[in-house]
Amino acid sequence: MTFTNQQMERYSRHIILKEIGVKGQQQLLRAKVLIIGAGGLGSPAALYLAAAGVGTIGIADADIVDLSNLQRQIIHSTADIGKPKVASAKEAMQAINPDINIITHHGFVAAANINETIAPYDFIIEGTDNFPAKFLINDACVLAAKPFSHGGILRFAGQLLTYVPGQGPCYRCIFTAPPPPDAVPSCSEAGVIGMMPGIIGSLQAMEAVKFITGQGQLLTGNMLTYDALATSFRKVRLHQQENCAVCGNEPSITTPFDYEAVSCDI
Amino acid sequence: MQVDTTDVLCPITFVRIKVALDEMETGQMLTARINSGEPLKNLPRSAEEEGHKVLGITQNADGTYNLQIEKCG
Repeated sequence: MTFTNQQMERYSRHIILKEIGVKGQQQLLRAKVLIIGAGGLGSPAALYLAAAGVGTIGIADADIVDLSNLQRQIIHSTADIGKPKVASAKEAMQAINPDINIITHHGFVAAANINETIAPYDFIIEGTDNFPAKFLINDACVLAAKPFSHGGILRFAGQLLTYVPGQGPCYRCIFTAPPPPDAVPSCSEAGVIGMMPGIIGSLQAMEAVKFITGQGQLLTGNMLTYDALATSFRKVRLHQQENCAVCGNEPSITTPFDYEAVSCDI
Repeated sequence: MQVDTTDVLCPITFVRIKVALDEMETGQMLTARINSGEPLKNLPRSAEEEGHKVLGITQNADGTYNLQIEKCG
């Protein structure tokens, strides 16, 4: 794959980097990343990965753009209200970089479709707003041996975790199962500061780029947490659980399944 | 192999050289046509920082320079 003069210019700040260079940029152009959730986390992830020249980006979401999304979901604009989020996201990504292929998946991911949805992709970014989807994506990725980045945000806090098969714990090793409905924040508690998904979603995109190019150390084996009020990041070492229901020695989950959705969106 | 960088500014000049070198085999020579000033000051050093060997710099009649680089590594 040789670069056109336009590509050399567009990706010049990557190509100059020793860690990326010509080879890394070619790897990015050949890579396929799926972003599940075109919301707060998916917005910066999709924009940065499109700008970076990730050659094929899938984006999955069932929702339409709502006025209340715009405080943090920066891929969408006021004029996009009422449009499917995947369509609005695709327009914004294509406007930044017409060089890449964007595939939209308009609909909810569920046990019935998750395997075929993730199958074509090298890396998955989980940017969903509910526990059933987070566990479903974790289980499907573990069972299909797909690396993924989990991101979660609430109020002034955020967290992320990178799963790579055989290199540390999965999301279920740490959280086991969705919390009971009464433990999930009520609507009045479910605020989130607008920049939080920008930070966590950008870190997820960074993990995807590091995975694709094989540079640096991934977050595998750790959970990174960010407390915006204290201005502090913490990297917590975590281990794979031998008795994990999906990635343990004797897994009881051998096929993805749906939990019932509860509570209100965050 | 030859590459012309005189129609672009730094750092695109270096990007063109880097991409050209990437397509070559170790030991092959690249002649890069470069402008005086910043490119002449920076590009030989940048090529060496990437591990390549600068074999020589010659001035052309039109005031540009030819930078001879041997691809290493």
